[in-house]
Amino acid sequence: MRKLKLPLSPEERRSLRAGEGVLLSGRIYTARDAAHKRLHEMLERGEPLPFDLQDACIYYVGPTPAKEGQAIGSAGPTTSSRMDPYTPELIENGMQAMIGKGRRSDAVKQAIVSRGAVYFVTVGGAGALLSRCIQKRRMIAFEDLLAEAVTELTVEDFPCYVGIDTFGNDIYDL
Amino acid sequence: MGKIREINVSELVPPIREACGTMAVQYSCDILEAMRRGREAEENERARSVLDLLLENAGIAERERIPICQDTGMIIAFARIGQDVHFSGGSFTEAVCEGVRQGYREYYLRASVVDDPLYDRINTRDNTPAVIHTEITEGDGVEITLMAKGFGSENKSAVAMLTPADGEQGIVDFVVDTVRKAGPNACPPLIIGVGIGGTFESCALLSKKALLRSLNESNPDARYAALEDRLLQEVNATGIGPQGLRGKTTALKVQIEQMPTHIAGMPCAVNICCHVCRHAKVVL
Repeated sequence: MRKLKLPLSPEERRSLRAGEGVLLSGRIYTARDAAHKRLHEMLERGEPLPFDLQDACIYYVGPTPAKEGQAIGSAGPTTSSRMDPYTPELIENGMQAMIGKGRRSDAVKQAIVSRGAVYFVTVGGAGALLSRCIQKRRMIAFEDLLAEAVTELTVEDFPCYVGIDTFGNDIYDL
Repeated sequence: MGKIREINVSELVPPIREACGTMAVQYSCDILEAMRRGREAEENERARSVLDLLLENAGIAERERIPICQDTGMIIAFARIGQDVHFSGGSFTEAVCEGVRQGYREYYLRASVVDDPLYDRINTRDNTPAVIHTEITEGDGVEITLMAKGFGSENKSAVAMLTPADGEQGIVDFVVDTVRKAGPNACPPLIIGVGIGGTFESCALLSKKALLRSLNESNPDARYAALEDRLLQEVNATGIGPQGLRGKTTALKVQIEQMPTHIAGMPCAVNICCHVCRHAKVVL
């Protein structure tokens, strides 16, 4: 598996091919349904976002609570398509990568191709194993949303496949 | 007339709390066996590595008591209550919810329930309320089967009001179509509950109850058992595979439950469950 350090350069993103296995390390943000709705509303109102979207990688996850001594609880991917209505806007505002599971809409695919972003997929229902690749978790925003809050994760060798590459190839259509 | 059995509702709380904790971290043996069989049968390398990863995850979850999946589900309680039972000491519904509340807090499970579905969507913070279905039975027993249902798969479930002329092929087409639409999103390998007959709402309930049966058991009616096998073959012939990354193991089992219906109808419900099909029985 190819090791990659986030954020990825445009050249690195262009070198990825759908279906390829990768191990991601670096900083990622968690956001799912309710957080996406709020980010969208903030962009609409012209407010600054609680974190810098430029070159950000968002992981669609709502983890279980951490026990003492753990950085995070179970932390596998949730279904990405529920975020599709908000995703092109986030890509246009600088987001470079996403991690989730399942298919994306044509609009998301187009945004990925036009901005050279990339969509990674990881294994649903493997939250215990994936939690071991997460070293740190820090609260960023929307704490009232509990598992849906935006947090910053530091990950090491987080296993993914390239889901949609910068050319629009889709792992689910291979 | 039988003697009335008095049960204090507080007796429900500890076993429900413990069941919530156990279900989240431990697959039942029949599912693990089916995943291992699927792993052996797979020829696709990516499918094999996905199933290996899920089996490794299962080991970590059980050893370290970390939930198998971060979606620790919404609790559905199927309560079978003997008509000679009298509950005292408070509300039955509240006691079931208290067991869930304690279980989700104590075992660090995710609060995944919002109070209002459309407008407020505020997290209730303790995974309550549970969905409770009650059935009155003879005698003085109390049996509560709990299910912790994840929504990646629940979202892909469907009901069709088929008609008698649709026949067996109508059922097959609807089930396979529902699985195709679910694709990778429902986290295959799947366990597929199918309810046939009854009414609009009762066939949906049947399809959920079908998910509670052991994967090692087939429908007792040979015709329906044969249909379960046919459906499994057709679903796996789609090639969707584990996590939708291609392969033979799209589903581990199709479970059918049937019931009488109206002369004009043949309702069919498909309740999709991912491989993390969590259920546990509490008997008082």
